Amino acid sequence: MRRHRLRWWEALPWIAGLAFYFAFPDYLGFGCDLLVTILFALSLDLALGYAGIITLGHGAFFGVGAYTVGMLASYNIWTEPITGLLLAAAVAGVIGFLSGLVLLRTTGLTLLMLTLCTMTLLYEAANMAAAYTGGFDGLPSLPISPVFGVFEFNPLYADTQYLFALGVILVCFIFVRILVYSPFGQSLTGIRENVLRMHAIGSPVRRRLIVCYTISAALAGVAGGLSAQTTAFVNLAVLGLDRSATVLIVLILGGYGRLYGAFIGAVVYLALEHFLAQIYPAAWQLGLGIVLVLIALFARNGILGLGETLWQRFGPRRAAP
Amino acid sequence: MSRHTIAVIAAAGAMAIAAGGATSQAQAQDVKIGLILPYTGPGAELSPEMDKAIDLYQKLNAAQIKPYKLTIIKRDSKAPNGAAAKIDAQELLTQEKVDVLAGWIYSPDAIASAPVVTAGKRLGVIMNAGTAFITNLSPYYVRTSFTLWQSSYVMGEEAAKYLHAKTAVVAYTDYPPGKDALNAFKYAFEHNGGKVIDAIPAGGPEATPDFTPFFQRVKDEHPNVLFVFVPAGDQATAVVKTFAALGMKAAGTQLIGTGDIVPDDLLQGMGESAVGLITVHHYNADLDNPQNKAFVAAWKKAYGPDSTPNFTSVGAWDGIAAINHALHATKGKIDDGAAAVKSLEGWKFNSPQGPIEIDPHTRDIVMNEYLDQVVKGSDGKLHEKVLATFHNVKDQCKELAIGPCAPKK
Amino acid sequence: MNAVADIAGIVLGGLAAGTVLFIVSVGLSVTMGLMGFVNLAHGALAMFGGYVIVLSMNRAHFGFGAALALGFVATAALSVVLERMLYRRLYRAGELDQVLFTIGLIFIFIASTIIVVGSETQQLQLPPALSGQFNLGFIQYRAYSIFLIVVGFLIALGIWLTFERSRIGGQIRATVDNRRMAESLGIDVDRLFTITFAFGSGMAGIGGGLGAEFLGLDPQYPLKYLVYFLIAVSVGGLGSVIGVYYASLILGILDFVLTLYLPKGGTIFIYALTILILLARPQGLFGRKGL
Repeated sequence: MRRHRLRWWEALPWIAGLAFYFAFPDYLGFGCDLLVTILFALSLDLALGYAGIITLGHGAFFGVGAYTVGMLASYNIWTEPITGLLLAAAVAGVIGFLSGLVLLRTTGLTLLMLTLCTMTLLYEAANMAAAYTGGFDGLPSLPISPVFGVFEFNPLYADTQYLFALGVILVCFIFVRILVYSPFGQSLTGIRENVLRMHAIGSPVRRRLIVCYTISAALAGVAGGLSAQTTAFVNLAVLGLDRSATVLIVLILGGYGRLYGAFIGAVVYLALEHFLAQIYPAAWQLGLGIVLVLIALFARNGILGLGETLWQRFGPRRAAP
Repeated sequence: MSRHTIAVIAAAGAMAIAAGGATSQAQAQDVKIGLILPYTGPGAELSPEMDKAIDLYQKLNAAQIKPYKLTIIKRDSKAPNGAAAKIDAQELLTQEKVDVLAGWIYSPDAIASAPVVTAGKRLGVIMNAGTAFITNLSPYYVRTSFTLWQSSYVMGEEAAKYLHAKTAVVAYTDYPPGKDALNAFKYAFEHNGGKVIDAIPAGGPEATPDFTPFFQRVKDEHPNVLFVFVPAGDQATAVVKTFAALGMKAAGTQLIGTGDIVPDDLLQGMGESAVGLITVHHYNADLDNPQNKAFVAAWKKAYGPDSTPNFTSVGAWDGIAAINHALHATKGKIDDGAAAVKSLEGWKFNSPQGPIEIDPHTRDIVMNEYLDQVVKGSDGKLHEKVLATFHNVKDQCKELAIGPCAPKK
Repeated sequence: MNAVADIAGIVLGGLAAGTVLFIVSVGLSVTMGLMGFVNLAHGALAMFGGYVIVLSMNRAHFGFGAALALGFVATAALSVVLERMLYRRLYRAGELDQVLFTIGLIFIFIASTIIVVGSETQQLQLPPALSGQFNLGFIQYRAYSIFLIVVGFLIALGIWLTFERSRIGGQIRATVDNRRMAESLGIDVDRLFTITFAFGSGMAGIGGGLGAEFLGLDPQYPLKYLVYFLIAVSVGGLGSVIGVYYASLILGILDFVLTLYLPKGGTIFIYALTILILLARPQGLFGRKGL
């Protein structure tokens, strides 16, 4: 198993993440959004990239995580951030397991629609329970306790939030990395590549898919909980199609099934969106759309895929001439 | 170009900027206003109306703004998820160092931004967002738009008193403004002897639902009036057209609502279907007062004869007027949020919608509400005829301390 | 009101709602079923057609019929250009690359519409004959709903005849069943794709205009209703164009009845129905197995 040995460049994203903190103290609110999206995309990569589960409803778990943290904080039941995230993961994991049991019998467009409609049902349920969830207007000014009881969240500069989020995704990333290179992760890839063969060699395909989906849902729940904590706000939009579609695009753009696609995709997509929107508040979607179309036309499997192709063609040859 | 020349040009540029800064300090103080509006996403259709009003105010009132110069920095709050608007507020305060924040079309965006506005200690002028309790969330929020309680409460009273209705059905978009409209209407209508026999949540704010099943249900219930709230936009057009096409008027039901169902910019496009509708609102483009005549005339001159301002334009107009007042009252120190808010408490202004005031206790707008009926004029166009005027209407949600408007324990 | 009129009102209302869904979605079923292309930008083409129709009526004073024809032709023409220049390159790509591409296309359409026309709502002005009520003898009903139901039926009938009876219909069916075999039999699959794509897009364009009375029309249209299009196609069954017709009508009527009697349920019915149907029949109501 040569592949899972750590390589030097794998430290780069984390160095960049820390450098961002010192270089752009005015952009940390945006930075938090970026980190949350990376984690969300990473959770989706586990389901979509590794197990081949095509879903447009991953926001269901993001939303459940966000509401777990948000409602517990809003009613002053539980405001500690780290355990809050664990609770978010647990609740989202349970929902993921239950929906996985029912939905993972299907594939393709049918699965896509089933996940999408399940998420929309949760959205409608949260709207009907607006007296508790805050509905469309959301739960305002969530109180979140200081991290480790010391570091307070800062509404104006979001510096504590940023470092906290960076730490959370580092832990989650290490977990995912170990998981995908484990025998379990390898068998998932086998299922994605050739499900008939995996059946033939006696692999418990459906059980593995459900386990993977549950873990992916729990991670999405952490991302949602983190979003509620860093913005001190949660409303119905966390369960909307918007967020699920965006994270899918982010992952495809970066390149799915390769861990770092989530990072590349989120950085490119959100940075384009953010800075184009600063300059052209009404027309930024044009630039973003053109980039997406070009990547789809000229790269196979996103930016990382494009990078790999270029590397193979123009990069240094292994054997010396 | 040699390295030497570049250095010289850079030095000269720096000196010019320094000198320019010094002179502008003496001539005109530059005041930065951070404007947070959804330029894309579901609320995008309202933002241009507000931008136009803000531009127009600056053009027509250049003399009153002097010696200051207003610079508007626009940011897109995108889909109404709160997060984008909150980041906008953070960055406008920390990167652009704006003196004032303004805008907010969707309530969740204003609600999510509240802690940032409070931490930034700058005046935040809410130009549209209508959920009643928002002004309680930050001491720096001042609102120049409306709450649904203002129009719907008056409509509830007048449905009973003016229209002598005994029974009503309410159909509302299932999100907070819709629920505010329902609660306000029901409270006022039932306190005046009426009875709300059914309340129908009619879809969400984004996708336009088919209103036929809702209205067919209403037709079978035979109420005297059907009170509708939907967001001003394509849902309003669909409501008015479906109501007319189902022949509900002939069946004995009068369509009433807040002015959101007949926004001025869409009224002509609704055609005959809109004639006879009765609404309560704080603004219509036909209001007969000198400020409005001048406002509408200037608007049509600037943006074309077919363009009409609506209530969102007026919310932005009044908001920028409020900022201008605070600017002069604080002698340019509008970046002192507490002083700016103080200068606006009790501020009175002759707006195109009539006289308005900022309530010194709630920092919310106090204004006239008008009972309007859509009529066909001799020019063949549709107009709003004012049947009655109600003066100095406050937000009844906070006055009566109902639900989320009650002070938190 | 008597029971006959009640039931007639429900059926007509549900059929009209279902027909709107059908007219806008049928083209999507064609592209997804025949070409296996995940064309999420279908709603963008519907919006384009809708704008052509509404603006040609409001600004150039076209009649309703002429505007509809123009909407069909303009959208079909645009789609041919897009298909030849862009879509074609992605036929052999994975479905996720197609998703990325078509979402990008949606953004381009939305932003272009905001830049060129503006972000405000566009209002459709129906001819007087179609606004107001129409007397069916036993019930007075919204004239435009009846018009839609008739138009939708004629479109479905036309498509069915084309599919079952014409030469091109046979070629399409053969290609859906086995593309390689069809090619070896000398069917020009590329040309076939262009024609069907143009036709499906043209239908979407007409649907954008016809549906504007119910769905409205603004730059957010392609994203706002995307879920509805996907529901119609997946419940109908991929590759079954006539299945989309039946599925739309069934969903329209069921949703209408439930909304009428249980309005507190809001918008959940259409999603709950979709889940139930797809769990019972994953290939859709009229889809063939394996698609």
